Amino acid sequence: MRYRLTMSIRYAFDRPSGDGRQLLRICPARLPGVQQVTSCEVTVTPRPAERRSFTDFFGTEVIELAFPSGLSEVRFDLAAEVRREMRQAGFDQSAPLAALPAEIASVRDLDAQSPHHFLAPSPRVPVVPEISSFAAAAVAGAASVREAVQRLGEALHEAMTFDAKATSVDTPIAEAFAGRQGVCQDMSQIMIAGLRSLGIPAAYVAGFLRTEPPPGQPRLAGADAMHAWVRAWTGGLAGWVEYDPTNACFVDSDHVTVGYGRDYSDIAPVTGMLRFFGAQSGSHSVDIIEI
Amino acid sequence: MAGQDVPSASGRGLAGYMPLPGVQDEYLDAQGAIRPLWSQLAAHLGGLGPEDLARHIARADQYLLDSGVFFRQYGGGLSVERPWPLSHVPVLIGEADWDEISTALVQRADLLEAVMADLYGPNALVAAGKLPAELVAANPEWLRPMVGVRPRSGKYLHFLAFELGRGPDGKWWVLADRAQAPSGAGYALENRVATARAFSEHYAQEHVQRLAGFFREFRDALMASRHDAESRVAILTPGPLNDTYFEHAYIARYLGFNLVQGEDLTVVDGHLMLRTVSGLRPVEVLWRRLDSAWADPLELDHRSQLGTPGMISALRAGGFEMVNALGSGVLETRALMAFLPKLAPHLLGAPLKMNNIATWWCGDAKARAAVLGAPERMLLSNAFATGMPFDSAGPEPERAGDMPPDALAERIARESGALVAQEAVTLSTTPAVVEGRFEPRPMSLRVFLARTPEGWQVMPGGFARIGSSPDPAAIAMQRGGSAADVWVVSPEPVPTPSLAGPDSARDRRATPGALPSRSADNLFWLGRYIERTESMVRLLRACHVRQAEAGAAAQPLLDAAAPLLKGMGLDPKEGIPQGLLDTLGAAISSAGKVRDRFSPDAWSALADIDKTARRMARNVTPGDDAARALSALLRKLAGITGLVHENMYRFAGWRFLTIGRQHERAMNMARMLEVLTDPELPPGALDMAIEVGDSVLTHRRRFSVAASRETVIELLALDALNPRSLRHQVDELREQIDMLPHANEHGALSPLARAALRLYADFATADPETLGPAELADLGARIAALSDLMTEAYFR
Repeated sequence: MRYRLTMSIRYAFDRPSGDGRQLLRICPARLPGVQQVTSCEVTVTPRPAERRSFTDFFGTEVIELAFPSGLSEVRFDLAAEVRREMRQAGFDQSAPLAALPAEIASVRDLDAQSPHHFLAPSPRVPVVPEISSFAAAAVAGAASVREAVQRLGEALHEAMTFDAKATSVDTPIAEAFAGRQGVCQDMSQIMIAGLRSLGIPAAYVAGFLRTEPPPGQPRLAGADAMHAWVRAWTGGLAGWVEYDPTNACFVDSDHVTVGYGRDYSDIAPVTGMLRFFGAQSGSHSVDIIEI
Repeated sequence: MAGQDVPSASGRGLAGYMPLPGVQDEYLDAQGAIRPLWSQLAAHLGGLGPEDLARHIARADQYLLDSGVFFRQYGGGLSVERPWPLSHVPVLIGEADWDEISTALVQRADLLEAVMADLYGPNALVAAGKLPAELVAANPEWLRPMVGVRPRSGKYLHFLAFELGRGPDGKWWVLADRAQAPSGAGYALENRVATARAFSEHYAQEHVQRLAGFFREFRDALMASRHDAESRVAILTPGPLNDTYFEHAYIARYLGFNLVQGEDLTVVDGHLMLRTVSGLRPVEVLWRRLDSAWADPLELDHRSQLGTPGMISALRAGGFEMVNALGSGVLETRALMAFLPKLAPHLLGAPLKMNNIATWWCGDAKARAAVLGAPERMLLSNAFATGMPFDSAGPEPERAGDMPPDALAERIARESGALVAQEAVTLSTTPAVVEGRFEPRPMSLRVFLARTPEGWQVMPGGFARIGSSPDPAAIAMQRGGSAADVWVVSPEPVPTPSLAGPDSARDRRATPGALPSRSADNLFWLGRYIERTESMVRLLRACHVRQAEAGAAAQPLLDAAAPLLKGMGLDPKEGIPQGLLDTLGAAISSAGKVRDRFSPDAWSALADIDKTARRMARNVTPGDDAARALSALLRKLAGITGLVHENMYRFAGWRFLTIGRQHERAMNMARMLEVLTDPELPPGALDMAIEVGDSVLTHRRRFSVAASRETVIELLALDALNPRSLRHQVDELREQIDMLPHANEHGALSPLARAALRLYADFATADPETLGPAELADLGARIAALSDLMTEAYFR
């Protein structure tokens, strides 16, 4: 599948800002064998005083910007072309749940792909006992890690209602779970908490979802903004699988990946605030079409 | 058994001193005999009567009080400044013993550097199975954004401290590694000065190694690691609410470095810059007293308001050297101690010269078995906790032996890698004065190491921690523990270095002195708050005097002054109103933020007046009582003004303080004249204005007539020679503002300088007839606008 991807993020300040610095994590990732990026351009308006790029710990390309004071509006425009390969689910080669701890312990690596990073609580995914017991009940009897991932994802999809108004970007997962409402960010982080409570390494994936469904298929939820889903480590042989709890499916060619992290805080599209007084407002639009 | 049946000889030792049974004592050996090292000190102390001893101790306490040495204690949701808790008897260590300690700790410092370089580099220790991946990956102090960021100097660690205890066998053990941002070195200097003060006759006779050389070498090392001689070294502090802020300010003052907070810094094109009143100035070395996670809200903890966005970006660009590298807190991880003894041969090719306390990481099956096999010796705690057991903010360690065996086994199996067991320590004891008697108290040493071009330097003594009770757990200062000086005693006389070395005069001159914007802001407000306090006291006193003298007859006059009081937030029905105390509190808070630039005497004077005012507020009644109390406060205020204004070097800092004071005085005077020279007011209002304006004598001398509206305006608004007049403030403001950075560059005036000049010109040409209440109100508004222009130009 080839996609053309555009996104526009705009912030406006009701009083001119002080000087500021931001990090953008919005460029599609280059993932050999899975995702190819033919072009990617990020336009920043007005022109920042400083702009450079670096690759963060988990391999995401980060654009670093600095603005002088006096800014009243800022815009980030992304235009990219991406080729995403079909990935068939294939056979379940994942480890039995009981064998997973030994498989994890045998990994003597701390690179970005290592499962070790994704087991401990992280800034936005603390241990929430209610989620742990929900997860334990949902996967009871699962033969493999992959099956456990799917069962938990389906159970959450069943239990939670997608509601863009119920939560904000800073709603704690315990609160979103208690209300059984939220958006892709909440669903994914809740699922991560559940997987980690089962001893399954789980990461947060940020990216995009095609906005226009193939003919005859329904439009997927969460397609009008950036999307998020879950990545779980299923053992040395099968490695990582990706699951989208918002749409209750394993990730395929409808998804375009930006990057991974322990939770949202590692991979937020825009990090950093301007030193400003007064209120800030913003808008955010995404378009992703097949070409 | 320790000396229970061998009472120490009175006259040549510490009378009645009884070591605890089975515990190693620093002063007495196992037979109860005085160790030779201690004989001179013991003879000196033993020779003092109780009163002499109390007098000696009081000298040290007085010194600490006068110098304003404090730390901050937290508890019950409050935090309060506490005087530094000095235990007056120093701990003595022989030079040979000390040399062994030093050699072992230098080796340990090298080991920590090697571990750090691996954890933030190739992670070969994990790949080789020498360290469990889990211990690193799940560690909150292992900061992923720092992986792969090489320090500019090539070295991660520059300043370390180790906590040492002496076990029952007389051997020293490392209890904890401090690599994040070790505190205490500055307090060690104060321990030394205070202890030497207490026992000055004796100190001169012992050959005690001096501390100043250590600081000089480290200062020179930091200065030398700059690439650009115009750049500076700064100390990054979390701010006045930190428990050891005093020390941050103290070391900054002592070494001549800038004391900065995160908001004082900004990053420009990969360089770290200090915001000063003269613009941005480069910082090439940052000595961090802030925990790593707070250093950069952009890439570390996003909630931090203590850091500087872009700090890591500047580190990646090699723009400055961080002391120590961000992420060094990972080395303090308690469970790491289970691995360091095995890592030493692997990384250094030699075993550790000094062991750390026995530690078992419960993620390992053999360690779990060891803990279950001998639980009675074990303390259990979080594997990722930092610092010594019983000495950190987290939950206290639990005694494994106190748990039922089944519960213990279940707990260890469940928490596994998140759990660590450490052998319970027994610390040696040392003499402390408790209620006038010498008592044994548990002791641990804190030893500081600094990296210099010649290698690690070890601070010779200076800091021990003394328990508040015989229980080793009582050593934490937040729980009543205290600190003592440590004397490293040489057999031969020692040289006496001072901070000034051969090269330091040159370095000193090379240190540029631009004032940080935040310091300027605080000095400006300090000037304003002190002046506002004085204006308040004068106005209140005038009111209470009239009430006392005329009773109900004074009411019309008091009604006339009511808008002034109300405007200042003062209630005349209170003897010492809350509004006055709040203003004093604001002055203290401003002064607290510039403690590195503020004389200890002025600080004490300010604290004293605050205390006095608060005490008075409890029982002073309106009228005569209040008038007398306010007069006493006014006299104390004059003392502060003298200390602040007469003793400060006439540099940018003083200028901001002075501008703040004149600005406030001008605003208050304009407002007072506007209200009290209203022709509709009852008689007496003009006299009140002259009194509040502190110009009674001058008025009498200049005008041999009773006060009229014209004479009052002439004297308090337009007389340039009257230091209280509006004209005088405006003249001075213009003069001082003109000398601020960038105010007047080749005749091109800044907006602030232009506004000050216009005010000046208008005053110079004004006459009493045209200065009515409306004109005064307008002038007041124009003076007030100067404050906004100041903020715009210098405090952002």
